Amino acid sequence: MNKIFEVPMYPYARHEDQDAGAPARRKVVVIGAGPIGLAAGIELAQEGIEVVILDENDKVSFGSRAICFAKRPLEILDRLGCGQPMVDKGVLWNKGKVFFDDRQVYDFNLLPEEGHQRPAFINLQQYYFEEYLVDRVRALQEQGAPIEIRGRNKVSAIGTHPDHVTLEIDTPEGSYNLEADWMIACDGAGSPTRRMLGLDFVGRVFEDNFLIADVVMEADFPTERWFWFDPPFNKGQSALLHKQPDGVWRIDLQLGWDIDKEREKRPENVIPRLKAMLGDDVEFELEWVSIYTFQCRRMEKFRHGRVLFAGDAAHQVSPFGARGANSGLQDTDNLIWKLKLVMEGKAPESLLDSYDQERVHGAEENILNSSRSTDFITPKSEMSRLLRDAVLDLSEHHEFARPLVNSGRLSVPCTYDGSTLNSADALMDGPARTRPGSSCPDAPLGDEFLLPKLGNSFILLTIDADAPEEIEEAGITVKRLALSVKDDKTLALKERYLGDHDAGVYLIRPDQHVAARRPSYDDNQFRAAIRRAMGKE
Amino acid sequence: MSDTLILTPNIDGADDFYADLLTAHEGRDKADSDAFNARLLLVLANHIGDRTILKQALAAAALTKEEDPA
Repeated sequence: MNKIFEVPMYPYARHEDQDAGAPARRKVVVIGAGPIGLAAGIELAQEGIEVVILDENDKVSFGSRAICFAKRPLEILDRLGCGQPMVDKGVLWNKGKVFFDDRQVYDFNLLPEEGHQRPAFINLQQYYFEEYLVDRVRALQEQGAPIEIRGRNKVSAIGTHPDHVTLEIDTPEGSYNLEADWMIACDGAGSPTRRMLGLDFVGRVFEDNFLIADVVMEADFPTERWFWFDPPFNKGQSALLHKQPDGVWRIDLQLGWDIDKEREKRPENVIPRLKAMLGDDVEFELEWVSIYTFQCRRMEKFRHGRVLFAGDAAHQVSPFGARGANSGLQDTDNLIWKLKLVMEGKAPESLLDSYDQERVHGAEENILNSSRSTDFITPKSEMSRLLRDAVLDLSEHHEFARPLVNSGRLSVPCTYDGSTLNSADALMDGPARTRPGSSCPDAPLGDEFLLPKLGNSFILLTIDADAPEEIEEAGITVKRLALSVKDDKTLALKERYLGDHDAGVYLIRPDQHVAARRPSYDDNQFRAAIRRAMGKE
Repeated sequence: MSDTLILTPNIDGADDFYADLLTAHEGRDKADSDAFNARLLLVLANHIGDRTILKQALAAAALTKEEDPA
């Protein structure tokens, strides 16, 4: 079959910067054309900021890699203009089964909450994900947006300065120098940028290896997430089976930490394992096999002057819970609007320290969740295994034990509690899910939905409350979105944003996180909240 | 009571309960008994539910000097 990940998507082409007498200066250079780097580039370009994405390769992700995308990143992708193709192509799923030893212990249905435009999760191979992002880059280029991807441009040296970054870049036609006002490193878990700058990557909690296989088969397995604890075909370890588009199934087999990677990857060793799992009578073809080694750790700081780290370059978690790519997209979603305000001179550079503060908080939450999953999946002591097995045995007979079963807590957006950009919650006893720092939950508005109306800018959301149509403050214009609880007959809007209140006013950031909320409009308070959310208070 | 762990006698027929507990372990080998205890612990913890009580129970079982849960 024709594999998209074997086709060069952004082949090397000579650029005039390579022939410049003095190094050209670009506004933003993004390193890495993976999901996070592409998302960063697209958002910058949409905001009219010149961006150059450099990648040492010229193809999309080799193999499926990140496959599970959660609602929040899909909502972010909607704002990047490419959510729909992802959802159209992706496999929707809500159901799953949990197996222990040789038997099924229970099944579940995630029953996602109603009243959201986007599903709780889709499964989509990372190569499609990246392809659609590259398509979006091409569409932006056609509209004249200042974005380019330079394939086979490998950064070999980085110099940091107070007001710019210098880069030495190797290409098939030799090296050249480039300067950037700002640089965003999205170059993955092994981040060469991190290494070149001699930066830490601390807090290693554990290490494990997974055999990851994409298998093409015509099988009558349902569209469900199947997870095995200690199965007969992978004794003492775990296994996962999950459906992807195009009849491709993703299989993850945990191997433990002390293994011979090259040996495990050979088809003669992989195929018997898969046959033992799928049954002898299932015909399949191996599309891609890899050994994935993960560690749980993060950089101490994600901002280093004019260099900002995002995605796996900044933090790495276990694969349980789909918290890698999903959290990386929330990094750039958090970063780009701040960077724009700083570049325009509307906010102090210190606003970028809130990126560090908020996304370190997010990374900590992800590392905590994925460490707990790992402790359950791979018990570290005799007693933790005893308790784990007790939970699994009980889960077969008693519902109460099922929430204790931890095969990964699936990615949900982080709430920036305690962020310096938040104003104190003034909607007393309002819904906890929309307190300052929260990402806005979607709600239906007749045939439409709330989140697309919030857009990519600061916005004042009023629900049955009066307010000016526009506020000019601190160099920006905040427009009002006036809604009424009557706009949503399902009452989800009221339940999610007002609770017992009859009215409410929200200041919402460009990344659709709540900055402030009050029962009514107060000019002084909201102007202060705008300044605070811009790092000016 | 409510949010305070009971650490005074609270089981009617304490001897009968203890006998039930021993009976439940009869005929089990060490591994099986350990597994049984782990399941019993989880069943009881779920019945209690209240995290503040559970935290006090964890502290009480640790036999540390600090007996006062507050």
